Amino acid sequence: MIKLEYYLIVSTLMFFIGIFGFITRKSMIAILISLELVLNAVEINFAAFNRYLFPEQMEGMFFTIFGIAITAAETAVALAIIINAYRLIGDININDATKLKG
Amino acid sequence: MNFSNFLFMQHEIGLVAVFLILFFADILGSNDKKWFYPLASILFAAFTVAGFFFNPQGEAFGGMFVASPLTSFMKNLLNIATFLVFLQTYRWLEQKEIKERRFEYFLISLITLLGMYLMISAGNFMMLYIGMETASLPLATLVAFNKHQRKSAEAGVKFIMISALASAVMLFGVSYLYGATGTFYFSDMAANISTSPMVLLGLVFFFGGLGFKLSLVPFHLWTADVYEGAPTSITAYLSVVSKGAAAFALLFALFKVFGNIEGVWQGIVWGLSVITITLGNLFALRQTDIKRFFAFSSISQAGYIVLGIIANNSMGITATVFYVLVYVFSNLASFAVISAVENKNGGDTSIAAFNGLSKSNPKLALLMMLSVFSLGGIPFFAGFFSKFFIFMAAASAGFYLLVFIALLNTVISLFYYLMIVKAMYINKADETSVTPIKSDNYSRISMVICFVGILVVGVISGIYTYINGLAML
Repeated sequence: MIKLEYYLIVSTLMFFIGIFGFITRKSMIAILISLELVLNAVEINFAAFNRYLFPEQMEGMFFTIFGIAITAAETAVALAIIINAYRLIGDININDATKLKG
Repeated sequence: MNFSNFLFMQHEIGLVAVFLILFFADILGSNDKKWFYPLASILFAAFTVAGFFFNPQGEAFGGMFVASPLTSFMKNLLNIATFLVFLQTYRWLEQKEIKERRFEYFLISLITLLGMYLMISAGNFMMLYIGMETASLPLATLVAFNKHQRKSAEAGVKFIMISALASAVMLFGVSYLYGATGTFYFSDMAANISTSPMVLLGLVFFFGGLGFKLSLVPFHLWTADVYEGAPTSITAYLSVVSKGAAAFALLFALFKVFGNIEGVWQGIVWGLSVITITLGNLFALRQTDIKRFFAFSSISQAGYIVLGIIANNSMGITATVFYVLVYVFSNLASFAVISAVENKNGGDTSIAAFNGLSKSNPKLALLMMLSVFSLGGIPFFAGFFSKFFIFMAAASAGFYLLVFIALLNTVISLFYYLMIVKAMYINKADETSVTPIKSDNYSRISMVICFVGILVVGVISGIYTYINGLAML
């Protein structure tokens, strides 16, 4: 039997790997992938808590499904915005997006 | 299914109706559609007025959606702010590159407003999350709306990345809260809450996520860039409507869910509001771009907004809502002037463009002066009263040191707000300054409303008493 703790350890690792990637990656696409890691870590949490602690209801699973759907929408919008930025800036390196600072 | 639940969603249904009318008018109308702008303004104005007659009260969908007189008032408040922003967009939407898609601006704005309604009325974390995403995803497209400008595209990238990260961090917190209590409903969660490590972890992450949306200080780094790059009307929308909705959502979540463990989050709010107010003020001092300047000013104002939440009683709710009400009028007055100057100047938003504004445009300069006086809290403008009530609420809960620090910061903020007044009234006009501006009638209406709001809202004590009556319920 796999214990709940293992799921939590994996999801926490994924969460912080995602945050680390979000901060250190240079390509906007890689940053988006890191964001997906963070969101998927959250969804593992919901599913695991529901399965192990509160198996009589399905609330956590529902939240997971909603989360996946909304994440997909978010990725679509983010990609559209990145494509627009690519047209204007010329590449998707976040270090080139430095016109705004001060 | 019991359809009477929808009776509690009068504001939402009204907004969707407005959206659908405008949507079909857009796709079915002829090409130039000169009538669209007046139609959208009048329709939304009618909806704003009608909102004051909606009075839903109760819980719908098993407690997912909560309507009370207070939530109705908050929604009406956001309506007023959105209406004022709509009125200020006329010149911007007349520009050549934008004219083609100017109707999309209204439609997308209305959808973000719907998301904010759901955030305010949420009785469940799933509803809060869906509302938040409905508000922030379209908002990102609005930030990148000037799609031929590099600044706008950059701001859009930064906004969507940060807001996605913020909601992910918030959800991580919610997942631990779920693990500790086994429910997403605010009321059930409040009954099971304790100060176990899991709840504390969840609370901190949840607070961090909403802190991003409110641009509290450790999470504020996106604010200045996005505010500078976004089109000015969208900056106004972000700084007033979006921020107000996030503040209300935070207020309800803290009161309804974490009301019993107030000692824990009061510490967090204490620290965050002190650094938010102080750092926002200090960074505002060295800005040369007016939109960045107002970004940092709005960060420090967010610090004052959460100062009202700390009291954890009905006085705190009243003070916060009243503060946002006053902030709507003061900040939108500034943005009306900034939009006018920017459009005249071909997109230049440096503070130097305001030199000698009192000679060339005395009325605009007067409005800007009243607005920054109100933001700074000079007596007898609305901002003085709203700051007074916020401090009173925090002091009534015993946070004297916090109130003292915030008071010191008010003095610093006066210094940099007065720099704008100095630029307008004392500095001589040079070649970068603007020539006399002839405003369009729409923004004139919004300026008059803001002007009256700044002068009147603080003095009419009935408004505060009215909100207080709602908050007591």
